[in-house]
Amino acid sequence: METAIRTSTIKEKLISEFEESKKILFGNTRLRDQAIESFCKQGIPTRKNEEYKYTPVDLMLKEEFYFTANKNCSNEQIEHLKFLKGAYVAIIENGIFMEGLSNLNNLPNGLTICSLADAAKNNSTIFEKYYAQYADINADPFIALNTAMAKDGVFIYVAKNAIIEKPIHIIDISTTFENIMIQQRNLIVVDENAQAKIIESFETLDSNAITFSNALTEIVINENAIVDYYKIQDEKELGNLVNTTQIIQKKQSIFSIHTFTLSGSLVRNNLTLVLDGEHIGSHLNGLYLTAGNQVVDNHTVVDHRKPNCNSNELYKGIIDGKSTATFNGKVFVRKDAQKTNAFQSNKNILLSEDGTINTKPQLEIYADDVKCSHGTSTGKLDEEKIFYLLSRGLGTDSAKKLLMNAFASEVVDTITIEPLREYIEGKILKKFELH
Amino acid sequence: MITIKNLHASIDGKQILKGINLEIKAGEVHAIMGPNGSGKSTLAAVLAGRPEYEVTEGEVNYNGKNLLELSPENRAREGVFLAFQYPIEIPGVSNINFLKTAINEIRVYKGLEPMEAKDFLMMLKEKQKLVELDGKLANRSVNEGFSGGEKKRNEIFQMAMLEPKLAILDETDSGLDIDALRIVANGVNKLKSKDNATIIITHYQRLLDYIIPDFVHVLYNGKIVKSGTKELALELEEKGYDFIKEEVE
Repeated sequence: METAIRTSTIKEKLISEFEESKKILFGNTRLRDQAIESFCKQGIPTRKNEEYKYTPVDLMLKEEFYFTANKNCSNEQIEHLKFLKGAYVAIIENGIFMEGLSNLNNLPNGLTICSLADAAKNNSTIFEKYYAQYADINADPFIALNTAMAKDGVFIYVAKNAIIEKPIHIIDISTTFENIMIQQRNLIVVDENAQAKIIESFETLDSNAITFSNALTEIVINENAIVDYYKIQDEKELGNLVNTTQIIQKKQSIFSIHTFTLSGSLVRNNLTLVLDGEHIGSHLNGLYLTAGNQVVDNHTVVDHRKPNCNSNELYKGIIDGKSTATFNGKVFVRKDAQKTNAFQSNKNILLSEDGTINTKPQLEIYADDVKCSHGTSTGKLDEEKIFYLLSRGLGTDSAKKLLMNAFASEVVDTITIEPLREYIEGKILKKFELH
Repeated sequence: MITIKNLHASIDGKQILKGINLEIKAGEVHAIMGPNGSGKSTLAAVLAGRPEYEVTEGEVNYNGKNLLELSPENRAREGVFLAFQYPIEIPGVSNINFLKTAINEIRVYKGLEPMEAKDFLMMLKEKQKLVELDGKLANRSVNEGFSGGEKKRNEIFQMAMLEPKLAILDETDSGLDIDALRIVANGVNKLKSKDNATIIITHYQRLLDYIIPDFVHVLYNGKIVKSGTKELALELEEKGYDFIKEEVE
């Protein structure tokens, strides 16, 4: 029996785990059945799959994984991760919402934060209206897998006209001592004319276990809403993360997303923004600092479906060691999306001979009255600038650090939450110390 | 302060300096003039330690040390300062942060404690006044979006902050209008003392109306072909460089 399990593939194991657990999972079993069927068809992507060419998720999934974990976390262990004073904090441990570890007392009127599994029962109107409506199970195997197997996650609802002043901080933490594969799912709905700032941190507690997290967040931004979203991906070196974020924006809404990838063994971001209304503003900023054998892959899609919208995308990376970074940014401007302004830029600094950067900007424009541009650059640190700094007495190390920091600051300066900016700046400086 | 003997230097295999001899004592101002392509900026670059240049022969003794063996940052820490002909823009690095780092690394090199924040700020204000640099410019990223004149003034401001022993001004007057020229010259004059020396590299005599040199040298084809006092600069201005060429060839 045991040998049979050991020789079966991760795909087979996932399917058998699904059959065992599906009855106790939240929501609609029919949707889950469709999703597992789609996953069966798609399978775990290999590097023969164009979309996963540079990201060996299949290799990472060759390990043995458990699909459930004990709760290991204490308040003390995670206190340092709650660095935003006064924030509403939701803790998700190994994919499960942990009310006891969270700080959700005194939520203001108009703000709901709870377990997604609970929301499926207790907030069924909103849940059923929006859940799994945007992340297409046939578009990517990890969406299919997550939709089939998601156990829990966080549900956030910001009601019409509610302005949430304090930030909402979601902390996704893996705490297991055994290798684990996690299927976490979040649903965030910001209703008409509402505003919120949301931070999502990805962390692991010290352990020798390998984690593979397939985390999926759907974000619905209704008319006139304003949402600022930050991702801080800072897992330990045995942490692997496939993070799908599916955003739908309705008319006149403004959305900014900032993705900071600071560590982790493998990080794959699938970020899709659909601009489904007029006069929408979208900002996508990203910063990835890679070293060692890290693999970081940012796939973004900005889909302009209606006229008169603006999108602006800036991704920057510093690549060191034998690490590999990939940027693949698609911008679609549909036939109806006249008067679109869409800009995209990807800039990289390669610090080492053995580092790799793959960058692929793609514009597909079907409208004729638009302003679009994209650009990409990869280079070393500028020798002229280094010499200028040396000639003033700075050592090579601090000159390089100053220049790397300057390069990163273009993205870091887009953070509007002051303590968050300081936190990220501190993290980055620490990371540069290691170079 | 500095003795240059038979200095030869090349870039990309092309010989530019072909035997420079020069001695500069503390308290002196030396002007180095010469036509375009004579090697003036190469001399400045070699003294500052620009890695692209290769010294093929000769020696440079700076206050008892072999200057050519020091790294660029250690030359700066020993008191050599180069005001760039074309100052570099460094977006994202604030002038102040950069100067604070520079001053503190120089102090560490000398075995001193880092400067107190309030002393640094006082010094900053005082030196800004000296070169009439707007406080807003000092707070911005290094040279980013500065006009030509502002960049040159920022060079002199940095020089004022770092208090070098040997300042090398590489064509600091180029592209300056007369007001900016006066401000820059005024700054340099105020920083002059019996303990430091200045090398002014220039194509034109104009700057020397404001900063009076003790010696003027004419560089031509990689060598100093003529030396004299400030009258030599006036003669050059009047007759042009052709007379030097004729004299030499």
